[in-house]
Amino acid sequence: MLASIKSNYLQSESKKLGMMYFRVAIVLFGAQLLMGLIAAVQFLVPGFLFEIFDFSVARMVHINALVVWMLYAMLGAVYYMIPDETGIETIGVGLGKLGFWVLTAAVAIVVLVYIFIQVGSGSEATIWLINEGREYLEAPRWADIGIVVVVLIFYWNVFSTFMKGQKTGIMTVMVANLMALAGLYLAGMFYTDNISIDQFWWWWVIHLWVEATWEVFVGTLAAYALIKIINAKREIVEMWLWIEVLMLFGSGILGLGHHYFWIGTPEYWWEIGALFSALEPVPLVAMFVHVLYDWGKEQGVAEKEGHRNVMRNGPAMAWIVTNAFGNFLGAGIWGFFHTLPQVNIYTHGTQFTAAHGHLAFFGAYATILIGMMYLGLQGAYGIKTLKATFKSKMGITMIVVGVLGMTVALTIAGYEQVLIERAELGAGWNAFFMAQELPWYVQAQTWRTIMGVVTFIGFVYLVWDLLTIGKQARLAQEAGIQQ
Amino acid sequence: MDKENLSVWTSIPFWRRSAAWVTGFAVMLLIWLSFDTLGQISMGTDEDLKNGTTKRVPGPTVINYEIDYKMSEKRGHEVPVIGKKEPFFGKEWSAQEAADLLRLGKLTSQAKNCMNCHTLLGNGGYYAPDLTKAWLDPAWKDGGPLQGMTGKNTKEEAMAEFLMHPSQYPTHARMMPDLGITAEEAKGLVAFLKHMSSIDTNGFPRNFSKTVEQFTAGGTNAR
Repeated sequence: MLASIKSNYLQSESKKLGMMYFRVAIVLFGAQLLMGLIAAVQFLVPGFLFEIFDFSVARMVHINALVVWMLYAMLGAVYYMIPDETGIETIGVGLGKLGFWVLTAAVAIVVLVYIFIQVGSGSEATIWLINEGREYLEAPRWADIGIVVVVLIFYWNVFSTFMKGQKTGIMTVMVANLMALAGLYLAGMFYTDNISIDQFWWWWVIHLWVEATWEVFVGTLAAYALIKIINAKREIVEMWLWIEVLMLFGSGILGLGHHYFWIGTPEYWWEIGALFSALEPVPLVAMFVHVLYDWGKEQGVAEKEGHRNVMRNGPAMAWIVTNAFGNFLGAGIWGFFHTLPQVNIYTHGTQFTAAHGHLAFFGAYATILIGMMYLGLQGAYGIKTLKATFKSKMGITMIVVGVLGMTVALTIAGYEQVLIERAELGAGWNAFFMAQELPWYVQAQTWRTIMGVVTFIGFVYLVWDLLTIGKQARLAQEAGIQQ
Repeated sequence: MDKENLSVWTSIPFWRRSAAWVTGFAVMLLIWLSFDTLGQISMGTDEDLKNGTTKRVPGPTVINYEIDYKMSEKRGHEVPVIGKKEPFFGKEWSAQEAADLLRLGKLTSQAKNCMNCHTLLGNGGYYAPDLTKAWLDPAWKDGGPLQGMTGKNTKEEAMAEFLMHPSQYPTHARMMPDLGITAEEAKGLVAFLKHMSSIDTNGFPRNFSKTVEQFTAGGTNAR
């Protein structure tokens, strides 16, 4: 992947820019995992890095690296697919590259400030320069403004190319969805003394990203990838995409209500949030069925025509199928577990949420974005059929086992916490620590840490594979041609 | 597929139109509900408190009143109950002073990144106790272990002392780090916590801190 831009197979500057975004994304993914490991150890050994690199700092970098690497990989995926979908080179890609460097410099400064300055005094200056202290949206205000400028450049790239080139269904959904995705960020860029109003708008960004616009984004990526990887028929894929948009936005937009049960907002959100968020898993089932059905169908067509295998990119397809199932399991099932207010009054703000968060972000987003990286590598090295290597298999297996293991461990810790701290003791200071120190809770946190290490080893395999698979496959392909 | 138009179920224009209508309808409904909600959660005023008008988010001068959290038979869960006046840090705060103090507290809660260990209204990290009703925690009351540990005589002074020097008062192996919180910032944070405890959270958290004594005493006849 390091040399993927210099390889001569990518003629498109937009695709090269896509690969540049992917490279930073994978580095930030590694940072996310390292910070997660530190935070996991702090649950078990409270003195670990105490007053040097506290849990609050480790977790802040953990979740910010998560959001930023995903946004990087998403931008990369869009720049990569634009030339294929529109049939032309991205307009203003030079400015897009400038945006990439500005964004990367800003991210580096923000992370260094998080790590070395950590906290400031209780003033507006801290919010502008150090951190905003709002979970997931900690980036200081100056960086928010920088992000908006870079996103405007990006959106102009996408929109003007879309207007000039072919207008496929995939690109139509992409352009509309990206506008909503980018616009929503503005809802998180102001300060208020009222914590209820603060959290009201904060959820507009977080929820309407991860449970609406990001999900539709995944739908467009899956549609594009299925066409590229298994030669799925565009009409079928695009029809499914519109059905997914209907169901995802139909359930996800008002599903926002499940975050408004307890933050000061009126009681009618109980019914609205419960109803619509309970419907949220439905499109995720549909997406899962769609991916597997298309795969089976295209394989059948290929066999009938006498080809042995329809698959053009093994590792990318493995990650996309993992996405289809992981999205349904992590976002759908684990989300539904605690989405009804009758349950959520006890589970809200416990390890249950953490369990759901881990499997959902991984299943719904990390998986397909890694799949897009493999798709990018295939293009970057001009490979006809990219086959999974031992390292690809070790990477995906260990990461999947690791994340599932962490999720199960956190779910068990969550049960313990919900029953003891919330149901039995009613959530005070002592109730919290009573639950945290019970042997079953500690045991679950121990398993979470072990599974975190498994995930990290899988990540090392993944990076190793991304760095080597392209060149190896290229050499093998050239040797094959010469024979 | 749409060219042959064999069935509406395989027609791309049908699904595209449906997606647009459903999305548009959901957005309109969300915007309408948001206007209603934002009206209901706007912060009350000092007048509201004086007149006994119930607001979901009371004004900053709520710090001048006693706050309790009681079962409402009508609503089926606990609701904040604002009682008679009580001094806060030894005095009654004017509307302007209370607003400034709350602002300092809210800014400090963000500047010190409280939310990445604690949860506020249930949102945040899960490494430290939920702070939604922390002001009402019996452990901070007169005679409670947390107030006793700081050697202070009022709940607010005890909380402020703890916030300034948290690692001097360890209650468990897991401790809060010293975040360089000044005396003024600590007062602001306590005001922020007291104000937050007065917000109507539809009964979250349920049965707040009522049975700790019973649980630790153990046995079937603990009460």
